[in-house]
Amino acid sequence: MDPFLILIISTLVKIIGFTFMLTLPMVAYAVYAERRVSAIIQDRVGPNRTGIPLTLFGFKKDLHFAGLLQPLADGLKFFLKEEHTPSHVRKFFFWIAPVLTIVPALLTLCVIPFGSSVTVFGEQIKLVIADIDAGPLFIFAIASLSVYGITFAGWASNNKYSFFGGVRSCAQMISYEIALGLSIIPVLMVFGQLNLSDIVQYQADHGWLLLPLWGDGLSTERILLLIPLVISFVVFTISIFAETNRMPFDLPECETELVGGYHTEYSAMKFALFFMGEYAAMIVGSALIVTLFFGGWSIGFGADAAVAEMAFGGLIHLGVFLAKVIAFIIFFIWVRWTLPRFRYDQLMKLGWVVFFELALVNVFLTAGIMMLIN
Amino acid sequence: MATIKVTRPKLSLLEKLYFPSIVKGMFVTFKHAVRSLRGKSIGGDSLNTSGLGVTMQYPEQKWDDHLPEYYRGVPTLVTDEQDRERCVSCQLCEFICPPKAIAIIPGEIDSDDPWAKVEKRPKEFDIDMTRCIYCGMCEEVCPEQAIFLRKDYAMTGLTRADMVNDKKRLYEIGGVRTGLVNKWNDIK
Repeated sequence: MDPFLILIISTLVKIIGFTFMLTLPMVAYAVYAERRVSAIIQDRVGPNRTGIPLTLFGFKKDLHFAGLLQPLADGLKFFLKEEHTPSHVRKFFFWIAPVLTIVPALLTLCVIPFGSSVTVFGEQIKLVIADIDAGPLFIFAIASLSVYGITFAGWASNNKYSFFGGVRSCAQMISYEIALGLSIIPVLMVFGQLNLSDIVQYQADHGWLLLPLWGDGLSTERILLLIPLVISFVVFTISIFAETNRMPFDLPECETELVGGYHTEYSAMKFALFFMGEYAAMIVGSALIVTLFFGGWSIGFGADAAVAEMAFGGLIHLGVFLAKVIAFIIFFIWVRWTLPRFRYDQLMKLGWVVFFELALVNVFLTAGIMMLIN
Repeated sequence: MATIKVTRPKLSLLEKLYFPSIVKGMFVTFKHAVRSLRGKSIGGDSLNTSGLGVTMQYPEQKWDDHLPEYYRGVPTLVTDEQDRERCVSCQLCEFICPPKAIAIIPGEIDSDDPWAKVEKRPKEFDIDMTRCIYCGMCEEVCPEQAIFLRKDYAMTGLTRADMVNDKKRLYEIGGVRTGLVNKWNDIK
């Protein structure tokens, strides 16, 4: 077959597969997991009934599947609700805001390497939608746009609570974006490149960034290098929490103070888009942490080369990657149901005074250690 | 009065760092999660747990055995051991009922009836359960010990008419109650 045709078809398949068949269901089930995990943490049961209501059709028993069909019911509910646009809002911005939140979140997916590669018709196809040489930078650039959605929503709603939510989101984004960008620099210094699939390949060959037990082995230099990398991991993870508006930093939403925050005035599918955008951002954030620090799709322990030689070994890698991402999503949920929300000034202080400096010093620390090693 | 000077506690470096307490908190929630998955949540046994957390799963499991003696459920009419309707339709309950849920149409007892000296019994006795607030005043005010709040609480119906308990239903739910004061004959 024509390689160009294969390129087009495979890209289309990847876009549809990764975005609509993998991530969106994951968003739906992340919501379900959120509800179940929070219930388990709080000694409750959670949604465990929604299944197929066979009794409606004259059967004896309903099928429950432990509530696994709950996301479907949730989605249906959003479709059936009234789509209300209040009369006091700026219509254009009010309508465009939900789109501006979900689109960047889904757009950033395109540079995440979901797996190594599969061989179809003798062509090697990398399991990444766009294999560009500026992966993390692209993600930061696009992900920052999602703040526009929240700010527009807050401002256009013409409502004090929403307005506060929007403004908070803006300020929070500015104070965390810097720490986020700086904390990743030591990582990129170690890898020496910005292509995410090459970064993962490097980790598969030389050991994961935070777990370099195979490949080159664990030498004194690498242990020394682990210190700044762990610092940058902590700063990066916490910044991702802030970036995705998750619990310790969910000030834009902040149900207890701001009713619903920026989405107070939204209903039905417009609200659902905000909701999905938030969870999609969480999935992308987890995927990015896994890709940069925990070897992405790599199985580790020197097993990757053998798997990669198989024609469909990429799919095994895909499974490994998803397992890691799901583990991280559960970590996100766990944190959300443990920690209370930060106060606004505490958050600003943490961003500007602690993490910004820490990340900056960390860059020099890494540079010093790398100089020492060479 | 002696003045007590309260000083703020000095935080150690670890406490100021905030991070260890976060980790500690994560362990607390993790312990809860593990316990609740194993069905051994604290207090689960005394709360009749379903095996996940401390929650009881309602239609399958019920708390009925644990309801206290004084539980106020559905108000009902009772008969006594001689199978006599205890209500004499004095309408005190109808008048005291705060939400006006009770409607009684009194009727006379025929002179050839063995209980003719009681003189009255209700012809109709309706309690509208969409109005009832389960306050128990009807039970308290009844001079004949005829109306009691039972432990039933699952009153459901598809229409408003379904939710009105008529005399037949009320006696059905109420059943026979023994050991009450008998003032119309010499038993006890």
